[in-house]
Amino acid sequence: MSALLDVEDLRVTFPTRTGLIEAVRGVSFSLGRERLGIVGESGSGKSQTGRAIMGLTPPQARISANKLTFDGIDLLGVSSRQRRALRGNRIAMILQDPKYSLDPVMSIGRQIVETLRTHETVTKAEARERALAMLEAVQIRDPKRVFDLHPHEVSGGMGQRAMIAMMLIAGPEMLIADEPTSALDVTVQLDVLDILDKLVSERGMGLIFISHDLRLVSSFCDRVVVMYAGKVVEQLKASELRHAQHPYTRGLLNCMPRIGFERHPLPVLERKPEWSA
Amino acid sequence: MTAAIVVEGLEVVFDRFRALKGVSLEVREGESYGLVGESGSGKSTLLRAITGLAPVSSGTITVNGKRLGKSRDRAFYREVQMVFQDPYGSLHPRQTVDRLLQEPLAIHGFADGERRIERALDEVGLGKGFRFRYAHQLSGGQRQRVAIARALILEPSILLLDEPTSALDASVQAEVLNLLEEVRRRRKLTFLMVSHDLAIITHMCERLMVMQNGEAVETLTASQLIGHRVDADYTRNLLRASEGFVRA
Repeated sequence: MSALLDVEDLRVTFPTRTGLIEAVRGVSFSLGRERLGIVGESGSGKSQTGRAIMGLTPPQARISANKLTFDGIDLLGVSSRQRRALRGNRIAMILQDPKYSLDPVMSIGRQIVETLRTHETVTKAEARERALAMLEAVQIRDPKRVFDLHPHEVSGGMGQRAMIAMMLIAGPEMLIADEPTSALDVTVQLDVLDILDKLVSERGMGLIFISHDLRLVSSFCDRVVVMYAGKVVEQLKASELRHAQHPYTRGLLNCMPRIGFERHPLPVLERKPEWSA
Repeated sequence: MTAAIVVEGLEVVFDRFRALKGVSLEVREGESYGLVGESGSGKSTLLRAITGLAPVSSGTITVNGKRLGKSRDRAFYREVQMVFQDPYGSLHPRQTVDRLLQEPLAIHGFADGERRIERALDEVGLGKGFRFRYAHQLSGGQRQRVAIARALILEPSILLLDEPTSALDASVQAEVLNLLEEVRRRRKLTFLMVSHDLAIITHMCERLMVMQNGEAVETLTASQLIGHRVDADYTRNLLRASEGFVRA
């Protein structure tokens, strides 16, 4: 499998008043046309890794990498204009909460059409048709009605579907989903994952699924990268999660309560300084 | 055994929206009782109605044998304390931990504040070093410990817990859940705990009520839920969803 994305020794550093803070400290992995999960707790650098790939790191931060290529294109070497042409077109990103990531003063339909017309030259009528078809593809029952609604008029699950529609309309080859279902109810969560799963496999996209929920990620992805304190501590196949080697991965799996497993008190994670060394 | 909390036919209406549609439940003394449901199911509203933070339009609430009226007196808050979901929002950003813990003591006229604050911090595993820090200097887990200390400092018999760990990382969640279990055992507290996570509720509670759209779906014991002996389809759906993603 030829790699769609190659990341080698990625570093993201933020200057602060008290010195430099390295949020991502030498992350390496590659992505084919598969589902890759990046798991870690808050502050592990998982979101900053996704943002660096997407080119959304805040301007004051410094990014360096031995290699950061998407389909052979050096992402750190290209101009911001070229980067912008990639973003939304060939690489897309879904964020956690549709309440904040959708434009509140624009109808859902117009936002989807805007994405499409930024990247392709299509007539207004055709764009509308395609947006409606895309809304239907994310299983919105009445696409014509939802097209004219504003984000505050729809539920969280519906908003996230609209977000997925918007991200997939330009037909990206790679999708980065940063906690796409964390703001949703459990049952809605599965519906959204189902839609995402179908679209990703139908279109042969590469997916990076960023989440704090190790169990959810392992049930959804092919491969899992576990991050701790800005570093990758373990990479493994999702099916082999049970045989995880690193004490952090095992601790993370263990400390969650599970239905039908009585453990009082719950095992807690003993953080070792050498994990982040 | 007597009942710590009895709720009968409780209705809460916001403008025209009926958030609770005649909910009844009984929590025994010393019991840990869970409320599960998705957002909008009314589970948090039920807790808020008990503490007097939501407008009750009909129905009755009885706590420790005393029927509650429109307002709550001081004695009520000595018996019933609440821990909120978001430790970032529930602590005053410009008060030190010491000041935060002193407030309930001042309201209730406790004299031995010094000793109580030290003991409360000790009990939640923070130690004296945290006493003069501000909320922003603490991690999420530490903040939730402060919130628990604040609830415990009046030595209540009932603790209302509204998603106490959903804003925390999984490893920190385990620590806070362990702490809650420990203080419950030590002080023989009654818990009424809200969560959207079935696994947490079955871990923490003996009995639970599943809620949907402001109504009770069913009442179960934790072992019934673990054994999948449930009647309602909705509960079955929740159970399935909590097992993670299954590819069709």
